[in-house]
Amino acid sequence: MSHDFAPLPDLPPPASSVGVIGWLRRNLFSNTINSLLTLFAIYLLATLLPPLFNWLFFDADWIGDSRDACTSGGACWVFISARFSTFMYGFFPENETWRINLIYIALIACMAPLFMEGFRHKVKLGVFVIFIFPIFGFILLFGGVFGLEQTETSQWGGLTLTLLLASVGCVAALPLGIMLALGRQATNMPAVKSMCVLFIEFWRGVPLITVLFMSSVMLPLFLPEGVSFDKLLRALIGITLFQSAYIAEVVRGGLQAIPKGQYEAADALGLSYWKKMGLIILPQAMKIVIPGIVNTFIALFKDTTLVIIVGLLDVLGMVQNALNDPNWLGYSTEGYVFTAFVFWIFCFSMSRYSQALERKLHTGHKR
Amino acid sequence: MADASPERETPAKPRLLSDPKFRALVFQIIASITVAAFIFFIVRNTLTNMESRGISTGFGFLDRASGFGILQSLIEYNETSTYGRTFLVGLLNTILVSVLGVFFATIIGFIMGVLRLSSNWLISKLAATYIEIFRNIPLLLQIFFWYYAIGFNLPGPRQAMSVGDSLFLSNRGLYIPAPVFESGFMATGLAIIASIVAVISLVRWARKRFEATGQLFHTVYASLAILIGVPAVVFFSTGAPMHLDYPALQGFNFQGGVAIIPELFALVLALSIYTAAFIAETVRSGIQAVSHGQTEAASALGLRPGWILRLVVIPQAMRVIIPPLTSQYLNLTKNSSLAAAIGYPDLVAVFAGTTLNQTGQAVEIIAITMSVYLVLSLIISIFMNWYNAKMALRER
Repeated sequence: MSHDFAPLPDLPPPASSVGVIGWLRRNLFSNTINSLLTLFAIYLLATLLPPLFNWLFFDADWIGDSRDACTSGGACWVFISARFSTFMYGFFPENETWRINLIYIALIACMAPLFMEGFRHKVKLGVFVIFIFPIFGFILLFGGVFGLEQTETSQWGGLTLTLLLASVGCVAALPLGIMLALGRQATNMPAVKSMCVLFIEFWRGVPLITVLFMSSVMLPLFLPEGVSFDKLLRALIGITLFQSAYIAEVVRGGLQAIPKGQYEAADALGLSYWKKMGLIILPQAMKIVIPGIVNTFIALFKDTTLVIIVGLLDVLGMVQNALNDPNWLGYSTEGYVFTAFVFWIFCFSMSRYSQALERKLHTGHKR
Repeated sequence: MADASPERETPAKPRLLSDPKFRALVFQIIASITVAAFIFFIVRNTLTNMESRGISTGFGFLDRASGFGILQSLIEYNETSTYGRTFLVGLLNTILVSVLGVFFATIIGFIMGVLRLSSNWLISKLAATYIEIFRNIPLLLQIFFWYYAIGFNLPGPRQAMSVGDSLFLSNRGLYIPAPVFESGFMATGLAIIASIVAVISLVRWARKRFEATGQLFHTVYASLAILIGVPAVVFFSTGAPMHLDYPALQGFNFQGGVAIIPELFALVLALSIYTAAFIAETVRSGIQAVSHGQTEAASALGLRPGWILRLVVIPQAMRVIIPPLTSQYLNLTKNSSLAAAIGYPDLVAVFAGTTLNQTGQAVEIIAITMSVYLVLSLIISIFMNWYNAKMALRER
């Protein structure tokens, strides 16, 4: 004899704990203090956002080619569009800017497979992008061969210069940084180790601005008479040395994260030091330090604005330059907001990428 | 028997070149010689270059009169002062900016970091927006923004924004009231010191009693009462020997009070807001690093949320927060050198800038400037290491 147990259907949850109301109660009005905070935040947003959006979009002037077009009292984006090409390309000859565009397109085309799942030759492609591509880029930018018109480095500027300084600084600093990190880890060679420690701590202890000052006023004194460097190259040398110290510390973190068993196993196989490092340790270490390197790259990318101090005109420098133009006096806010937006897009997307990478590579310690 | 044992084959002596110790030695010698040769090459080039360009060497220039004025100095300074004095003025200005920046950045950063973790969705998102915006924009751009875009567009002194006729913000900077001490203020000063000592001993006594008997003593209210009450009683009983010197509009600018020049204002604002965004992230990750088990165990013991935060979460989070916080303080100190870009007279601006241009002694000046920053970094890291060691987990 059996009873079929047929429970009544569940009652729906109370209306106040699900849906929009439930969400509001949980997340905005869970207690008195939270409710007050919410109301305060809403008040703040309601007073700040409308004028901001009016200025940025609704009252702004978008079309035109001189300051006469800016009449409505909002932001004058005409200033940006009129000066856009100098912000992007600096003083690069106008009919040669296709060369810069070509570099960007080629770079994006080369980098795209690196972000694809299941692409097999990532390492080879990465090495190509880091070491071979810059040569191609330099030829295109500098010209003088294959019938390309030669340009002066003083014509390079704007966002192009910003990207150039950051990427060349980082790529050139990478091998130096790896060597420094290996040197700092070499406990059996105290002399080499202490030299590396001194080098790293020195560059990490001084501000980039003094490094740039040094490279622009002291570097010419360091060289034999008659030898002189281009202003851009001097800044690049300073940036590279500075950056290599930071990369060295990131790589050191990676080297320390590799379990000791890996070092010992490589030793037990009878591998030489360079084979051990090159085939066993560094491939694993470099993989886990990619997020860290991206983070130092972001920091460097923001710091490249300092080259203004030594007279190079990166994107911020170009904006400053345009602000001194008597035709466009008084539009500094627009100029800075635009530059901030450009930097923000780059830095934010890179930091998101680095965080995603970190999550992808750092599995196993999750709750 | 000893001599009967089979003779052990001595292992073949490794060739000298494959002996790791020997190789390490050779490599170190080669590396040292290369570095020494490189340094020698640079020094020799520098000496010949300086000679051929007629640049004088040595630190004698520090005693010569500088001949230029400085916008803001904490010590007495004028055109006849020496370059050594210029250096000192710049150094003090750098320290002033760094201390102000660290102070405000810590406050804003901790508040934002805690708000980021708030259970209130709107507040948490607002804090996240703040962090993500200001972290990803170059500091120099932010300094320019506050200085040129906001500072230059502030109203002039006559239309200055004011708070209660005592704070004035205009394009000439921020003017705040200055305290003027009169002769009888000594007693109040002593009272302040005495009350601080009293509070410290009170806290110690309360902790001892708590550990011995478990009875709580509300030190917060008692300390506040002592800290404010005792000096206030002494201050008024001695006839209030201090008054505030309010800034007042005279002619084209304000007179009296303490003037915070726009350069300093913009710089401290930008440095604090920028660094606070990083500190907020540090604080957030530090608090999140305290495992859930800890908060759950604490609430299982019946502690109230405020107590959980104070007794369980914060002490453990501080251990995670301090090392990255140290590097943020170091970064802020180094970043204060961006002052040079807007003409605030810090060390880099007046010494590595103006002084270098006037004397041409690049090597000495850059070397001094860099060593100052190295020493400042060293001092901050020593202090923070000491604090870290104090806060570190004491394991049995």
